Amino acid sequence: MKGLRDLLAPALLGVIMIVAWEVACRAIPIPQVLLPAPSVIAAKIGGEVPLLAYDFFKTVLQAVIPGWIIGCSAGLAVALLCDRFDFLRRGLLPLGNFFSVLPLVGVAPIMVMWFGTGVAPNIAVVVIMTFFPMLVNAIAGLQASSHLERDLMRSYNASWAQALTSLRLPAAMPFIFNALKINSTLAMIGAIVAEFFGTRIAGMGFRMQTGFGSMSLDLVWAEIAVAALTGSIFYALLVLAERAVTFWHPSYRT
Amino acid sequence: MKTERGQALPVLVVCLVLVVVWYLACIPMNAVVAQARIDAAGGGLYATLTESWNHTRPVIPAPHQIVVELWNTVFMIAPWKVKSLLYHCWVTLSSTLLGFVLGTLLGIGLAILIVHSKLLSKALMPWIIASQTIPILAIAPMIIVVLGAIGFTGLLPKALISTYLCFFPVAIGMVKGLMSPDVIHRDLMRTYNASAGETLWKLRLPASVPYLFTSLKIAIAIALTGAIVGELPTGAIAGIGARLLVGSYNGLTMMIWSALVAGSAMAALLVWLVGHVERKTLARMGVRT
Repeated sequence: MKGLRDLLAPALLGVIMIVAWEVACRAIPIPQVLLPAPSVIAAKIGGEVPLLAYDFFKTVLQAVIPGWIIGCSAGLAVALLCDRFDFLRRGLLPLGNFFSVLPLVGVAPIMVMWFGTGVAPNIAVVVIMTFFPMLVNAIAGLQASSHLERDLMRSYNASWAQALTSLRLPAAMPFIFNALKINSTLAMIGAIVAEFFGTRIAGMGFRMQTGFGSMSLDLVWAEIAVAALTGSIFYALLVLAERAVTFWHPSYRT
Repeated sequence: MKTERGQALPVLVVCLVLVVVWYLACIPMNAVVAQARIDAAGGGLYATLTESWNHTRPVIPAPHQIVVELWNTVFMIAPWKVKSLLYHCWVTLSSTLLGFVLGTLLGIGLAILIVHSKLLSKALMPWIIASQTIPILAIAPMIIVVLGAIGFTGLLPKALISTYLCFFPVAIGMVKGLMSPDVIHRDLMRTYNASAGETLWKLRLPASVPYLFTSLKIAIAIALTGAIVGELPTGAIAGIGARLLVGSYNGLTMMIWSALVAGSAMAALLVWLVGHVERKTLARMGVRT
């Protein structure tokens, strides 16, 4: 009952917002070119399913997911190296902190220059954008276990690898999932923005750009809706996975 | 950024390794454009190095080339000229700061609403979180052009992108911060017969300051990113983002790299500045860190 009420309030607000948008579009003569009504966008989504699905395949499945996996695994691998060699950690952590605040989408034109056409530059942009948040978070996570627990591991005569798999990596999971969630949004942004610079002839970013050029804003908004939905589902899946993996964390205990 | 003891040497070593790797990488990566000149100069190690590291349109410029380009565009040209990098930095910075201020105010306002109304908190929070899963940055250029078509031009549209990105970390951080006072403190306010406004002003807001600054550091960094991406549509003529795009279309490698370095320097400076204000404020408030 309480769960239902928790769902009802935001759902109601969402419905109100969409209705207000629709009413505003009909009441005030906003040019269709600028802001199409939700019903127009919905009709466009219904009518252009194959095209949208193709763009989804090109952007999400070919660039976002591979880039996200490569970037996150690379960040985690380097964080493990840092955990093993303290000198490396002290050297890389400040740099990682520095790089994670930089406007890294800016590397998109350079990647296009290096990797040419095709999907490679888009993946590269996603990898670069997702690497640093994972590095910084994973390093912080691997240090999250307390001295008491680490001393226990030492008294068990656990090796570095054993202590890692049975104590430090599980303790780092909340931090790692935090990075995975941040990166899910960053990966979408990176892949779409990279298409603005690139020479790909399909994909969500490309379609938005050409849709804009030909003033078919309903198609642009349809792509935005697909992107938003994809982003939300991606995020929700990660939240579910997080709950399954870090069920022991205080924030999930009831 | 807190500096740990004994951090300087490892950082220096890592940076040194990076620079060396960078210089070495220049040789094979620039071979595509530089090989002909190397052969013309008679080959050999000396010719290889000088040609790979000094090509005018390299695939990857050597670090010293970027330094020279920065020197030429920052110090050798008057800052109000279009060719000056400082001019473009200022364009980006002004919309970043405007967006940052608007986003911070919006975030704090939302947080205050959420803390005081249970219904609003239930209705708003999921949407605030969902709003961030929309790759807004990716559609920023479109939003700029749409707003431009209705007559919104100049600083504000770009600043609105930054605002949208900024408000989220501030709102989340401030909700946490405003909720952070202990029950015992809130009870004390009640025994004083303090109104909700007084409790907010004298207890909740002071308690939330450390949370606010943590959020502000994230917010200012993404505000800058938002402003840069907002400058990407083809109409933009000034700003770091416009330099990236122009450089990309014309194959001007040095322009892209110098714009990237300038953007990074601004990000570092802004985050440091917020951190500095944070340290001063917390010290004045007597917060022990």
